[in-house]
Amino acid sequence: MTQNLKPPLDVKNLTKRYANVLAVDNLTFAVERGEIVGLLGLNGAGKSTTINMILGVLEPTSGTVALNGFDVAKDRQRALAKTNFAAVYAPLPGNLTVRQNLRIFGLIYNVPKLEQRIDALLAQYELDAFADTRCGLLSSGEQSRVSLAKAMLNRPTVLLLDEPTASIDPSTAQGIRGYIRDFTAAEHGAVLWTSHNMYEVEEVCDRILLMSHGKILLQGDPKTLPQAHGFTTLEALFVDVARESADAP
Amino acid sequence: MNVARIYAVVLRQYYLLRGSPTRLLPLFVWVMIDIVLWGFFSLYLGSVSSQGGHFVPALLGAVLLWDFLTRVMQGVTMAFFEDVWSRNFLNFFATPLRVTEYIAGLVVTGIGTSLVGLLAMVLLAWLAFGLSYAAYGAALIPFILVLFIFGMALGVLGSALVLRLGPSAEWLIWPIPAILAPFVCVFYPLSILPLWMQAIARILPPSYVFESMRGIIGGGEVPLQNLAIASAMALAYLAASIWVFLKVYRVAVRSGLIARYSAEAVN
Repeated sequence: MTQNLKPPLDVKNLTKRYANVLAVDNLTFAVERGEIVGLLGLNGAGKSTTINMILGVLEPTSGTVALNGFDVAKDRQRALAKTNFAAVYAPLPGNLTVRQNLRIFGLIYNVPKLEQRIDALLAQYELDAFADTRCGLLSSGEQSRVSLAKAMLNRPTVLLLDEPTASIDPSTAQGIRGYIRDFTAAEHGAVLWTSHNMYEVEEVCDRILLMSHGKILLQGDPKTLPQAHGFTTLEALFVDVARESADAP
Repeated sequence: MNVARIYAVVLRQYYLLRGSPTRLLPLFVWVMIDIVLWGFFSLYLGSVSSQGGHFVPALLGAVLLWDFLTRVMQGVTMAFFEDVWSRNFLNFFATPLRVTEYIAGLVVTGIGTSLVGLLAMVLLAWLAFGLSYAAYGAALIPFILVLFIFGMALGVLGSALVLRLGPSAEWLIWPIPAILAPFVCVFYPLSILPLWMQAIARILPPSYVFESMRGIIGGGEVPLQNLAIASAMALAYLAASIWVFLKVYRVAVRSGLIARYSAEAVN
């Protein structure tokens, strides 16, 4: 019961140091149920490092990550049972068909009534026609939809999306944003979303965390944050922060 | 250990094999070529030697068993390489899949693929060259098990090496059986080797297997002590290889290798 009151994603004092490089510096944030939070920053700001630590594939130097109340370091299986992710740099194996990939990951997540779940996701993400096509033969947009379908297999309460719309056309990207909004509305999941597309972030995210050199520099509502700092658009604010970061020692 | 998750790892390999003749054929082809080559060589030696028929069980049988060990090792490493080549580690390890379940899946895959190869070898050696397995007696089964366990250990250790050193270290893995072959006395008795090689041979379980098999073919008793030593050693090697893999995995999680695994990203 206590676990239900906690935010689905709760990051505390998360730090990652590689030799002399501080990739993530004492990061603390939470993502609430039904909330989409954008994690923004220049390349190398520490976004993917943060996501990898949340997923348990990178060990933090210090700090904790709790998913649905379970510490990833101490109780990985339960923490990741209701967590999933999609990333542009982690496509599903291209030499298996869409259905085969979904079946394998469904087994890993112990999804009940797996075949029904796969059929439902194939229909929801308009992938019926490609069910028996090898993923490697699909277009970037279709592969992104397959990754999203995989990410939804276990009905996650925490969804991590690392540039899910990178390198796909605006129309497909709009469709993917729609899928994610539907997910938060229907399943009340918590979403952490990284993107370099400021228009997309303004449209989708309830809140943003602007990272630089492993730290959160700014956070707030993407629709009001630029004006609060004297800028007309989020992109202008981002570029200004990026310039200041580049000038910083 | 969750059986469904182990099954998922095995199922992935099954799908790959089922849909790809280029993956399926090597399970049979190389071992069959070896059997044909060494089968004729054994027949030739039998025809020019006073030892006669002993060459087929001694030489061809040894080739068959050594190929089997190699197949077991490659069955495990090939399954692992499929995830290296498709850069699937992040997808797999960002799930509740335990690394021990992943290793179990690789080993089960290795069991399946090597048994297919073994069956093909056994049938061809019997049908084409009259290799009689009765010559080895009941000891054949435990000896095959020893080779099998040691092959799995080599496969898991090879996978750990590639996980640590990166995909470009693949070339280190393929010659391992060839490097071990002179030490484990596949074709000659242990006493032929110089003392320093004998010392190495004594810490390798297959050398006990091949030495014992030759003794049995020559009319000797089943050397139970050798069997016990070889079994204990093979199990110890398997346990050690799993321990090494887990350690390497831990290092990979600490350093971020799992998340950014590719030939260029890994040093």
